[in-house]
Amino acid sequence: MSAAGAAPAAPLLAGPFKRAATATAYRWELRKLVSQKRTYLGFGLAVALPLIFVIVQSLRHSHDHGENIFASQITHSGLATPVLMLLFLSVFMLPLIASLVAGDIVAAEDGNGTLKTILTRSVDRGQVFASKALAAATYATVAVFLSATVATVAGVAAWGFNSVTTYSGTVVSPSEGLLLIFAANACYLIPLFAVASIGVLLSTVTRNSAAAVVGAVGVTILLFIVAQIPGLEGIRPYLLTEQYEAWHGLLRTPTDWAPIWHSLWVCALYAGPALLTGYLVFLRRDVAGG
Amino acid sequence: MTDAAPPVRARGLVKRYKEVLAVDHVDLNVRVGDVYGFLGPNGAGKTTTLRMALGLITPTAGTVELFGRDPMRAGARALEGVAGFVEAPRFYPYLTGRKNLQLLAALDANGASERIDEVLEIVELTPRAGHRVGGYSHGMRQRLGIAAALLRRPRLLILDEPATGLDPAGMRDMRSLIRRLATEGITVLLSSHQLPEVQELCDRVAIVDKGRVVYEGALADLRRQGGAGYRLRSTDDSRALAIARAQPGIESPVLGEHGLAFQAEESRVGALSLALGRAGVGILSLTPELATLEDLFFRLTEDGHGENGEVQHAALAGAQHLVERA
Repeated sequence: MSAAGAAPAAPLLAGPFKRAATATAYRWELRKLVSQKRTYLGFGLAVALPLIFVIVQSLRHSHDHGENIFASQITHSGLATPVLMLLFLSVFMLPLIASLVAGDIVAAEDGNGTLKTILTRSVDRGQVFASKALAAATYATVAVFLSATVATVAGVAAWGFNSVTTYSGTVVSPSEGLLLIFAANACYLIPLFAVASIGVLLSTVTRNSAAAVVGAVGVTILLFIVAQIPGLEGIRPYLLTEQYEAWHGLLRTPTDWAPIWHSLWVCALYAGPALLTGYLVFLRRDVAGG
Repeated sequence: MTDAAPPVRARGLVKRYKEVLAVDHVDLNVRVGDVYGFLGPNGAGKTTTLRMALGLITPTAGTVELFGRDPMRAGARALEGVAGFVEAPRFYPYLTGRKNLQLLAALDANGASERIDEVLEIVELTPRAGHRVGGYSHGMRQRLGIAAALLRRPRLLILDEPATGLDPAGMRDMRSLIRRLATEGITVLLSSHQLPEVQELCDRVAIVDKGRVVYEGALADLRRQGGAGYRLRSTDDSRALAIARAQPGIESPVLGEHGLAFQAEESRVGALSLALGRAGVGILSLTPELATLEDLFFRLTEDGHGENGEVQHAALAGAQHLVERA
């Protein structure tokens, strides 16, 4: 760094102030996620579990169909696989995957000291928080659709692209079935965004990635336990975990929108306060680490 | 923001962490064009003050303004024309140096991305710009911190211990860079433990101790107030010492390896030289010596509980006198 000998630089004088766009901050949040190895841990689970499921089911000679209508169709149509995977993964694995990033996204920057680096640029704290919350939601979305895509491709490769019977007993064409499956996954994102919002809140408040990830998953487990307690049946429809199955309404004919609308406002009651609290804490917090 | 607004103006700045008073009613006045040294022992409250200046932590009381804008109220707009880092500059270790700068330039907008090559060149990181920061040495990260600051075309550069961890050549280059930036019109607020570095670079200083400013003003004034010292080499130093001790107005004469050292007003020095001449002691050299910043720093910041308790008490009393006069 021999400044004395360096070629004369352009005059280092400030121009007019221009705040960076939130979209720019969001884009860079995504680039940071793409550059981190830990990001691929969740994606790896989202890809591996459907593959393992299809391989194991392909090797089995007899299938216990159970009570689920899609389980009974597993070898008849590859489109049953993504529905079953959503059913299995929606309870714990996808909330865990969403929490892996949501719980880490603020706390990791705090721990590494990079929060102070970005907060001393031309970007407001609110923009940084918004970009992080959006990035966490984007990650959850990609994980869900990645899992659905892998499950669909693997299922179709194993058992064919055939018509499928929905929860209401209606047989739908393969193309309509495919559309419904991806719509169901999109519907599942409603409660998953609420889980991610809780993860972002905990990440902001605890400043500890592990605590935030465990905390977000812990909330899900806690609500499952609460749902099982006798005498609390009245609050069950308002528990976040009960909204994990709202997408079932899409796999009926005619479509049952009631659980989906219910899920929308119930999840908003979880996500809204979580994001608002996280935002206010983020605006006022001291950035003293690093 | 007005043209007349000073780069940094803090009034009654306080930061309290429960029972710990980290910053205690600090006033700072950094003027346009200053290379302003911010000195103090570890834990004196320097970094906390700089964090408040950059809007990273909220003051318990008081205000700090950068070019007339309070970061707590104006947010990112208050940092217009301001750049720098507190403690060590931090980057994303999984991104390359260039990617880190691209990210920060994107958050700066204002065409900062067009200056990435230029600032990498200035800090001589161009050959390593494509490597991940996780593999950078401490010195390289410091240099990348400077590059990240220069991206913003700052009018005020806040640097917290920029030479920490650098080798002697790196420290020399850092000093050269700061000097050059100052000549280009950038005001520099430099927090440093390197007292010779501050003495060489800074024209004004604030010295903080236990959260309070114990001196703020021109470095030259501080050194003058620290007392004029003299060093005398003579044909007979032992006799010169005896004569100096007997001479009114000659303070603390001490015979050392390089002759006789003492403090006195100029008129008293003339009387001493005449006395030496009358006694047949030849003067080989008589040179004035200003107190070094290091001497003054320790006088202002050390308490009286060390090994030389009495000396330190005296030094503290002298320092207190300096502050009152300042």
